[in-house]
Amino acid sequence: MIGIINYGAGNIFSLCSALERLNIPFGMVNTAAELDSYTHIIIPGVGHAGAAMKKLEQTGLVEPIKALKKPVLGICVGMQLITAHSEEGDANLMNIVPVKTRLFNKDQGIKIPHMGWNNIEHKNNSLFEGVENDAQFYFVHSYFIEYNPTFDIATANYGMPFSAAVQKDNFYGVQFHPEKSGIAGERLLKNFSNLKQ
Amino acid sequence: MLSKRIIPCLDVKDGRTVKGVNFVDLKDAGDPVELAWQYAQQGADELVFLDITATHERRGTTLEMVKSVARQLNIPFTIGGGISTVADAEALLNAGADKISINSAAVRNPALIEELAKAFGVQFVVVAVDTKLIEGKNWVHLNGGRLITELETENWIRKAEGLGAGEILLTSMDHDGTKQGFDCLLLDKVAKSINIPVIASGGAGKVEHFTEVFLQTGVDAALAASVFHFGEIPIPYLKEELKKHHIPVRI
Repeated sequence: MIGIINYGAGNIFSLCSALERLNIPFGMVNTAAELDSYTHIIIPGVGHAGAAMKKLEQTGLVEPIKALKKPVLGICVGMQLITAHSEEGDANLMNIVPVKTRLFNKDQGIKIPHMGWNNIEHKNNSLFEGVENDAQFYFVHSYFIEYNPTFDIATANYGMPFSAAVQKDNFYGVQFHPEKSGIAGERLLKNFSNLKQ
Repeated sequence: MLSKRIIPCLDVKDGRTVKGVNFVDLKDAGDPVELAWQYAQQGADELVFLDITATHERRGTTLEMVKSVARQLNIPFTIGGGISTVADAEALLNAGADKISINSAAVRNPALIEELAKAFGVQFVVVAVDTKLIEGKNWVHLNGGRLITELETENWIRKAEGLGAGEILLTSMDHDGTKQGFDCLLLDKVAKSINIPVIASGGAGKVEHFTEVFLQTGVDAALAASVFHFGEIPIPYLKEELKKHHIPVRI
């Protein structure tokens, strides 16, 4: 059963709806003790990474999350929270995956936010099982996770290559919104729920 | 590569989809939730719901409809119409809307754009602009084109970007409902002058109009209503045609 970190950073109605459509059971995590009730954990998040980190700190869940050994998936800003630092609000984050979250550079002739469907190249990670390479996912973000071959499990390109998905041990992060990414996104959520502990 | 988006627009009134010619003579084209689901199956990249009567008659958007859509839909959607406060927007966010679109309220109170962007992020805030060409200049219009303002369209759009709009939905009232093609001239000027995505709206009648707007302008998405609702242009066919012209699309 999936536990969703409930820390007030953005709306989780769509994520819950997607899990319901997929018949994946889920519940809310408000306290460290509640982390034990679930086999898999999702950290959602929309909006400002620095503000989201502050909210997460207020719940007292930062250290308990870092200590988890079960599969954890950060989505969008939730993914950025597991990195070391974000240029958004010059914020220090959880530093589970030692990479940086940076602002897209508009001087490259790209529009910000990066909004819409973009294709990804994935590296046959279990998270992407059954997802075609070059499949498109829905992105909406102004800050991105720098490409690092050690942690990158899927790459997208917007002005330059960046990490659409990362993994370190049991921690996963996706920059796109699987709950809004059609069939490919639903497959990814299903895959996550099937990851072994 | 980032795909160009195809966005069916569902104008809703009393929980039903309608589309007028030049915003008059409304026709009923079905149930919004069912239509939304069908569009997602057909490959629509995103949907926009506009409660077209909301501003005029001061009617709030139906949160229950938004929730039903969010439960069934696996693609993003925007909701507009009658949003004039941060609280209105927050209720829609909590009901599952990915973005909200504001129009008259932003013109009357530009600070609202800033407040919404600060509260929910720029990605949540679409500023919809209805424009009409009068004696060689484009002017922003309100209330479905009924009311002219003192704002020049291009100036207003740049100001909206500066205040925190994450996207511009630009509808040419001269082209809307005519099926004679998008206003490529204006759309290209606007898309070049700002650094946020632009959705082209108003005038789609055939496949070539979509090809034109993506090849001739820098817009990121194209929106239409009746050509999709009445099945005149099936979305899978449209996307195949765009692909033939090397326009990046999601298939």
